Amino acid sequence: MRLEARGAVSPAMAVVAPLAAVAFTLVVAALFVAWAGAPVGRTYALIFEGGFGSRFAWSETLTRATPLVLTGLAAAIAFRARLYNIGAEGQLYAGALAAVAVGGLHGGTGFELPPAVLFPAMLAAAALAGAVLMALPAIAKTRFGVDEVVTTLLLNFIVLLVVSMMLDGPMKDPTAMGWPQSVALQDELQLSKLVERTRVHTGLLIALALAGLAWGVLRLTTFGFEVRAVGANARAARFAGVPVTRTILAVALASGAVAGLAGAIEVAGRTGYVTLDMSPGYGYTGIVIAMLAGLNPLGVVAAAVFVAGVLVGADSMSRAVAVPTYVADLIVAVALLSMLVATVAARYRLRLR
Amino acid sequence: MVDALAAMLANADFWSAVLRVATPLVLGTLGVLLCERAGVLNLGIEGIMVAGAFTGWLAVHAGASLWTGVLVAAATGAAFGLLHGVLTVSLALSQHVAGLGITMFASSVAYYAYRVSFPNVSTPPTIQPFVEMRWLELPVLSAQTPLTLLALALVPVVAWVLNRTPLGLAVRMVGENPAAAEGQGLSVSAVRMGAIVAGSALMGVAGAFLTLSAFNAFFFNMVNGRGWICVALVVFASWRPGKALAGALLFAFFDAMQLRLQQADVGGLPYQAWLMLPYVLSIVALIAVARRASYPQALMKPYRKGER
Repeated sequence: MRLEARGAVSPAMAVVAPLAAVAFTLVVAALFVAWAGAPVGRTYALIFEGGFGSRFAWSETLTRATPLVLTGLAAAIAFRARLYNIGAEGQLYAGALAAVAVGGLHGGTGFELPPAVLFPAMLAAAALAGAVLMALPAIAKTRFGVDEVVTTLLLNFIVLLVVSMMLDGPMKDPTAMGWPQSVALQDELQLSKLVERTRVHTGLLIALALAGLAWGVLRLTTFGFEVRAVGANARAARFAGVPVTRTILAVALASGAVAGLAGAIEVAGRTGYVTLDMSPGYGYTGIVIAMLAGLNPLGVVAAAVFVAGVLVGADSMSRAVAVPTYVADLIVAVALLSMLVATVAARYRLRLR
Repeated sequence: MVDALAAMLANADFWSAVLRVATPLVLGTLGVLLCERAGVLNLGIEGIMVAGAFTGWLAVHAGASLWTGVLVAAATGAAFGLLHGVLTVSLALSQHVAGLGITMFASSVAYYAYRVSFPNVSTPPTIQPFVEMRWLELPVLSAQTPLTLLALALVPVVAWVLNRTPLGLAVRMVGENPAAAEGQGLSVSAVRMGAIVAGSALMGVAGAFLTLSAFNAFFFNMVNGRGWICVALVVFASWRPGKALAGALLFAFFDAMQLRLQQADVGGLPYQAWLMLPYVLSIVALIAVARRASYPQALMKPYRKGER
């Protein structure tokens, strides 16, 4: 069995392969749903309805998609340069913590600065926290050759423990009756609602703007070209005069900063304070989203909405039929694997001998 | 502080705990080591451990013997390993991304299956786990279960196979120079596939240790990053089984120590600071050994016959 490169990806194949991947995912998930003893058609209908079927469903899906666009971007930017940042989860929490440190009500009042100053300072602090957290693995990679996958993964565990420590100690909300949550963010710093009587907030616009910016930078600037060159072939890029180390470091800082912003925007747009369960794995889901999007920043938006819809839809579905919500993770994981296979199928022909 | 440390080190219970904590790490690290010596990174370990922990426990819960449970866990690991092999060897996909995909897939299948099998349980159902080998009458070992003995025995076995047998030579060759191996008439994909399947089976058993020996039930998040630690330990061990055992024991030593110091409330530090210690030390160790690390030369490089 071997792979044979096709001359060029035919337009038909470029359309058929991803569709086949989606169809395959639906079939696999259907088997699992049937195993749980639930009617497959009704389960799918309920997931779709819960995720995309109404104004309320859309509002919940977009709310969930907001942090996912950002963590998806964080992964897509880094993976473009073949920097495998698996630490977006930790960077998100670091950003959330930094946001509350700057904009929180410490001892009742917080910093006595006008919101026009404090709001950008809060976002900057969150971005900085995420970037600093990503700087260590990036330096370890470029200076010492330490694989960044393991270091970024391990940092996730460390950051969560730091968050837990802060919520028990200096940043604990004394009015939360022992519940581990941080002090609240000042009211003036909360993001306003985008649609009345829903949870969609203006953080979505920030996420979309960043996706557009990332697309523009990667596509239209010299720096973006260098990033893609490093990702395609670092040795050839170095030979061609691309500052590889500096590019990797810059990509690392940008990726960490975007993930940090995701934390600040979740706090300012949805939760209002930091808790230990504010992210149900947004950082990890972001990696899937980036892969589903083929590392294209605009594709990340579409993929994030799709994944958010499945997650929200599965939540509401499991209240009606006896299918565990883990079916959402299953769908997302199978979608990732089959999409990977589809990309190969589009570019290579499988020859059995 | 010094007194507390001395008392801890003199206590046989402490060393028993070290060995207990080390067991799944030894099994998992050997598994990662086998895959990586053949040139394939396997980040599926975290999910494969979850799946092995679940299926092994489920088999025993359904009435099978404990050793059957271990075999079921190994078979589960092997099955996910086969999938990883198809993705990374046959289809030459990115090993990072495929591995993460396997982790997500394996753990979500396990959690889903657990919820489907036990929809309305408030406390996880328990089994009768492996018992300590009291008959052994050795100080620290007799407080362990047979799975720990298996893990310890596997270290020299894996080392011997890798370094002293034609099979091990083949595994090392495809990990160092696949084109040369092909030239010798070896099938690179078959050898790599075999190494991944065998290594993933060990990862499954590593997970099963948690449900069949360390605890007696399946919990969500019970693997809790142990798989990632194994990936770090392999680098720390420079891809050598003996050093992998040493690394796992060292990690377990710090993990058991932080638990004791945390309970003794030494130094008045918050408990999270102690919990952090093993992870921080892992990163420090990775950076410390990175300069002299001798990676298998073909690690993370997919091999396509006839392509350069």
